[in-house]
Amino acid sequence: MSASSAFSDEKGGSASEPEYGHDPASGGIFSSDYKRHDDLKEMLDSNKDSLKLEAMKRIVAMIARGKNASDLFPAVVKNVACKNIEVKKLVYVYLVRYAEEQQDLALLSISTFQRGLKDPNQLIRASALRVLSSIRVTIIVPIMMLAIKEAASDMSPYVRKTAAHAIPKLHSLDPEQKDQLIEVIEKLLADKTTLVAGSVVMAFEEVCPDRIDLIHKNYRKLCNLLIDVEEWGQVVIINMLTRYARTQFLNPNINESLLEENSEKAFYASDDEEEEDKKAEPATLAKRKPYVMDPDHRLLLRNTKPLLQSRNAAVVMAVAQLYFHLAPKAEVGIIAKALVRLMRSHSEVQYVVLQNVATMSIKRRGMFEPYLKSFYIRSTDPTQIKVLKLEVLTNLANETNISTILREFQTYIKSMDKDFVAASIQAIGRCATNIGEVRDTCLNGLVQLLSNRDELVVAESVVVIKKLLQMQPEQHSDIIKHMAKLIDNIQVPMARASILWLIGEYCEHVPKIAPDVLRKMAKSFTNEEDIVKLQIINLAAKLYLTNSKQSKLLTQYVLNLAKYDQNYDIRDRARFIRQLIVPTDKSGALSKYAKKLFLALKPAPVLESPFKDRDHFQLGSLSHLLNAKAAGYQELPNWPESAPDPSVRNVEVITLLERVTTLTSIPDWSKCSSRKDRKEKKVEKPFYSDSEGESGPTESADSESDSGSGSASASGSDESGSGSESEESGEETESDEEEEDEEEEKKKRKKLDKTKAKKQAEESAESEQSSSAEDRKRGRKAVKNQKSASESESESESSESEEESEEESEEESESDTNVRKKRTPVLKQPPKQSKKESKKETQEMSLLDLDDYEPAPASASVTPVNFLSSSLVSDLEGLSLTDTILAPTTLAPSGSIKMYELLHRIKGEGLAVEYCFSRQPFSPEPNMVAVQIQFTNNTNSETKNLHIEDPRLQSGMRIREFAEIDVLAAGESVTVVMGIDFCDSTQAANFQLCTHTRKFFVSIQPPVGELMTPAFLTENDFKKEQGKLMGMNEILEKLTLGEKCVNEHVIVERVTATANLSRVPCGSDKECRFAGKTVSSGCLVLVTVTTKEGGGAQLTVNCEKMLIGTMLVKDILQALSQ
Amino acid sequence: MPNHPVPVPSSVLAALKNKTIHLSAAKMIHSLFLVNASGDIFLEKHWKSVVSRSVCDYFFEALERATEPENVPPVIPTPHHYLINVLRHRIYFVAVIQSEVPPLFVIEFLHRVVDTFQDYFGVCTEAAIKDNVVVVYELLEEMLDNGFPLATESNILKELIKPPTILRTVVNTITGSTNVGEQLPTGQLSVVPWRRTGVKYTNNEAYFDVIEEIDAIIDKSGSTITAEIQGVIDACVKLTGMPDLTLSFMNPRLLDDVSFHPCVRFKRWEAERILSFIPPDGNFRLLSYHVSSQNLVAIPVYVKHNISFREGSSQGRFELTLGPKQTMGKAVESVLVSSQLPRGVLNANLNPSQGTYTFDPVTKLLSWDVGKINPQKLPSLKGSMSLQAGASKPDENPTINIQFKIQQLAISGLKVNRLDMYGEKYKPFKGIKYMTKAGKFQVRT
Repeated sequence: MSASSAFSDEKGGSASEPEYGHDPASGGIFSSDYKRHDDLKEMLDSNKDSLKLEAMKRIVAMIARGKNASDLFPAVVKNVACKNIEVKKLVYVYLVRYAEEQQDLALLSISTFQRGLKDPNQLIRASALRVLSSIRVTIIVPIMMLAIKEAASDMSPYVRKTAAHAIPKLHSLDPEQKDQLIEVIEKLLADKTTLVAGSVVMAFEEVCPDRIDLIHKNYRKLCNLLIDVEEWGQVVIINMLTRYARTQFLNPNINESLLEENSEKAFYASDDEEEEDKKAEPATLAKRKPYVMDPDHRLLLRNTKPLLQSRNAAVVMAVAQLYFHLAPKAEVGIIAKALVRLMRSHSEVQYVVLQNVATMSIKRRGMFEPYLKSFYIRSTDPTQIKVLKLEVLTNLANETNISTILREFQTYIKSMDKDFVAASIQAIGRCATNIGEVRDTCLNGLVQLLSNRDELVVAESVVVIKKLLQMQPEQHSDIIKHMAKLIDNIQVPMARASILWLIGEYCEHVPKIAPDVLRKMAKSFTNEEDIVKLQIINLAAKLYLTNSKQSKLLTQYVLNLAKYDQNYDIRDRARFIRQLIVPTDKSGALSKYAKKLFLALKPAPVLESPFKDRDHFQLGSLSHLLNAKAAGYQELPNWPESAPDPSVRNVEVITLLERVTTLTSIPDWSKCSSRKDRKEKKVEKPFYSDSEGESGPTESADSESDSGSGSASASGSDESGSGSESEESGEETESDEEEEDEEEEKKKRKKLDKTKAKKQAEESAESEQSSSAEDRKRGRKAVKNQKSASESESESESSESEEESEEESEEESESDTNVRKKRTPVLKQPPKQSKKESKKETQEMSLLDLDDYEPAPASASVTPVNFLSSSLVSDLEGLSLTDTILAPTTLAPSGSIKMYELLHRIKGEGLAVEYCFSRQPFSPEPNMVAVQIQFTNNTNSETKNLHIEDPRLQSGMRIREFAEIDVLAAGESVTVVMGIDFCDSTQAANFQLCTHTRKFFVSIQPPVGELMTPAFLTENDFKKEQGKLMGMNEILEKLTLGEKCVNEHVIVERVTATANLSRVPCGSDKECRFAGKTVSSGCLVLVTVTTKEGGGAQLTVNCEKMLIGTMLVKDILQALSQ
Repeated sequence: MPNHPVPVPSSVLAALKNKTIHLSAAKMIHSLFLVNASGDIFLEKHWKSVVSRSVCDYFFEALERATEPENVPPVIPTPHHYLINVLRHRIYFVAVIQSEVPPLFVIEFLHRVVDTFQDYFGVCTEAAIKDNVVVVYELLEEMLDNGFPLATESNILKELIKPPTILRTVVNTITGSTNVGEQLPTGQLSVVPWRRTGVKYTNNEAYFDVIEEIDAIIDKSGSTITAEIQGVIDACVKLTGMPDLTLSFMNPRLLDDVSFHPCVRFKRWEAERILSFIPPDGNFRLLSYHVSSQNLVAIPVYVKHNISFREGSSQGRFELTLGPKQTMGKAVESVLVSSQLPRGVLNANLNPSQGTYTFDPVTKLLSWDVGKINPQKLPSLKGSMSLQAGASKPDENPTINIQFKIQQLAISGLKVNRLDMYGEKYKPFKGIKYMTKAGKFQVRT
């Protein structure tokens, strides 16, 4: 087939090397294969990489064409350790292709891969594992097993992903490893990165799809990660979760099916629904109580819904089938739009989607009715698409739209595509049987088609008319007569047979014509097709029974002809019928019943869709498409009668790792009741959610949702209740109970909190501890503290959060504020303490008996010392139960803080405004950056009513204005503090500065270093966090230190001046480490400066927010190289 | 079928073992065959053990049965395998599957493969694939691992394997350097896997094309049976670093059903109807949308037609006039009319008032390249058709398919409000272009 194509050998070889330039492929007729390979071997053995590459390219081209290149194996395998990456890759290609055939030789390459597995670079480790596991050599199974196990606990998620990919490979090579592999799968399923999730579920599906128990603990995490998993993984996960849900949750339509089916049955009495009814009934009767959807079930539905918007047709289809199989009837409708959208894609996609729509439209017709017109057929559609669209249109037909559909069908009948015309006629027939009102119209239309010029059309119409007439033959004897006349012209056997059957069946309606037709047919009997012959015999028999006088002889004649027919079927039939109808002495008891046998009332045929009941296959599957079980198909389980224990999905995780992350994410309520702990803590922050901070994937769902049950119940306890109600709105039914005990629990906690609050406030006021453990504890307690306070006093804060929730979508903002509030206390940690205080407090420290960490001396020496400890203030604030909010503290401008000009004296007509970033926590809203503004009135008159108006901000940004300054006397200056939430971006905040007379447009743009606040980490924590922020999140730069950067001290000074970071203690004197968190979202920012001999240095910045990281690197570089 | 062409004794056992196991556990895409229009397999790639190309015989059978090339069923069951194929650029991409897999998964993947080839080689023809067979092989190797998609983002692939350019080919042959990226592809590890790292441009620019297509069926009398607008926003973004873009619309409510490139932040769209995204580097489809069917669709052209055959005569009359309808004052350009005439028509003798027409007597396809519609002088095509002598008049009516373009207009009225960039300091050049095209625009006669 392809032998003719001799290509690309010449491409590769092209003239670059004259001595090998003789291209054997092009002149291949004369040179033998043997010789050609010699040539390649020589090239592979040479020292030149270019020659090797050339040879490998030609070999790969051979493989691509399906040529056998296996005899080159020894020569190729030697190059597995080649330095050149492309050669190496091509050798891998070759190896994977031929290793199976040359197992012994393939072993030579193994050690190279084993070395690769230990490489410090994650990508090399991954690729080594990938190739190693792709070589299908049974001897290395133990090595593979070991490698997979090791890789499964690798630091790098990418390597772990590769390990997941390797599992099915090993399993197919040696199924005996299954148990061990399941262990690895179990381990990887617990992985929290999106990178791994898709691959491991894939492995799960291949190795142990029945081990549904492994999913329990990971169910919620998978649901939450789903949106950030790559597309292909999404498909696999969704399909798996569909099966999972079918085993774990109750049928959401269980009650409806009982109510509705009775009414529906009147219209479409069909067996299956009755069956379903029967099945449903005992279950429903058993529990009359209203159905309550499991929150986990809801979580799945909610988190998959946005994926209907995916560009990937397979993902959309996967979600669609999930909704079809799992969602309550009322909600399934949303998938229709997305499926209709897919129909505009490539014709292959259309084909598959239409198949599924056809199945769905039988069960849930209403869903697609609004999109009826999208199924109209164009002359340019391929026939197979046309036929499927027709199928859907027929399924959608009902009393209201049948007239439009029939009009549309009429145009189809005129099409040039005859197969399609035939299908259209059948479709009309089906509409006519399904909808009584239009039966006559359809019949008349079809009868008109009988005079069509195209024989195929006529034949098809005859067949359909026959079926229709069976329903009410009495009224249509003229149609039968008309058809009897047609027998002279129609040649299509099926149509002739149909006519004959009709005449025979209803011969009493056409008593005169019937014998005449038999006469004609007797004449042409020998020339007819078999099916026609059978019907002639049939007609003869029936006529003999009803009108033996006229037809006796004809019947005898026909039967005699049939007796000697070539076809044994016909011979048999003739004998059988003769025995039955012609009374003889020998004729048995049966002949008495001949009339009953032949002229029994035949039920009208049911014209039904070939897609009926196909939904017992999981939609979207290959098996569904073929309507036959494909190999490896996993049955979609039936709903359980009663729900299995939902608590199996609860996750209790308190590992050290998690606890670190709680710093920035959610307090750990893992001890709370089962349903509360819905939210998984996430280590990796997904991309989609970065506008919403850590709260990530939980609310990455839709807006109508009850997302509260997920995120809010985990984190909701620090909400003073205002938010959690609004979110529940849509889903009262399901969460009634839950809400109640949630409320209860809250109350309990509140009580606890209040008692704790006092103690804690004292503690946090005193302590200057920065060990992370303490920090965390304090943070968490202070959350409660803060909450209990905000509940009773800080009206403004909650109203703020409400405002916000109006702006943004409901649950997003809600959780946003949750997160912010949670973070509150953490950010309120004193960034740097004044020396005075620290002195005082070091004395008290022993009282607290905590870690013996001392603040890094360097940071203390660099930072401005004259700050009031505003954290103290804020903590006190939390404690006070009055309605007052302490005025934001201001500070005198100190030398180390850079002042920026906001409004020049001249431009401001005498009003000069400067601002600086005070680096103090902004106490009213801890996720805002405090900006200290100094107004100086240089005029001779008073300036009144200084305030801010009309802030124009990028979305998400917020400003908290300073209180209006009533009067600023001439020559005086005043300092105020305002807060701006820059949302961790360096976008300027624009607003108008207004006096009683004028307005000035001004803007404040923060340097990136001011968007963060110090974070206190121990050396260990620092390393751990840094380990988590590798890859894209890590930015490395080499630099030459500026002349003045002579010692560590200067470096620390420069760095902390550039960015609001705190120093992290470090064992090595070559390294300075700094840590901070972004103010708005609390992402960690880790900076390491490693100095080297001779003024060189390396700067490493690890930050989840790459933009911040990049900008920070620039700024620090500049600062250090000055 | 022999699974292994060279039966080396030591491997026979293992091979047999493999085969039985594969039947039970192998999933996803096993092998891929590329078949050209004349039915030759010109490339094969196996991700697991080798499947003999004789499996394609089942495909060829189906190909023969199909009357038209596009009528080959996308899924063909064979005794031991399933063949899932797509037809693009007159090449069949036939994937061999051994067990249950969502068919769309494979189909979507195959289309992605074709898109990648097109992206790499400019065209996806047999010649282009043959010319770049090594790159093709390297790509396929990266795109699937053990039959499961691994790297399908074009940005990542381009980091791994550089697309061939004439310059690079020349340089490579001289210096012996390679197509394979020297650095390791960090993109795979990134949280923005669609964007490659270290992007640098001297001219930073971002272009967005809003392209809308009108799908319509117009009936005999000129009234609209169904009409809808499909739109896409295609972007060409060449921006340095890691820009974060937001794109907002004047009238986002127009968009009824949208599907996004994975880079778009879904939450932001849900909440604010703003597209916020870190774009991939280069060309990509940001968004495709459907304009809600409640809105009336403006139909920019009308057709007056009179195609008739007289009974008993061997002549038929053909008259066609085109005119602009609701075009919002813009010119209708690149108009192309095509129609499949009934089989009985032997020839057509027509006279266009502008443009050129062709009639293929074999396929009976009439096409008329009109060009631009001048509202003052409407283009028309008139003349006669000759029918087979003695044949009765054809009772089918030809459908007229129309293609056209309208520049600087999005027929739905969609307007981009603004495009902002965050995260980078420079000022990019931004451009937005609108265009309306005919999609499947048919007039029934």
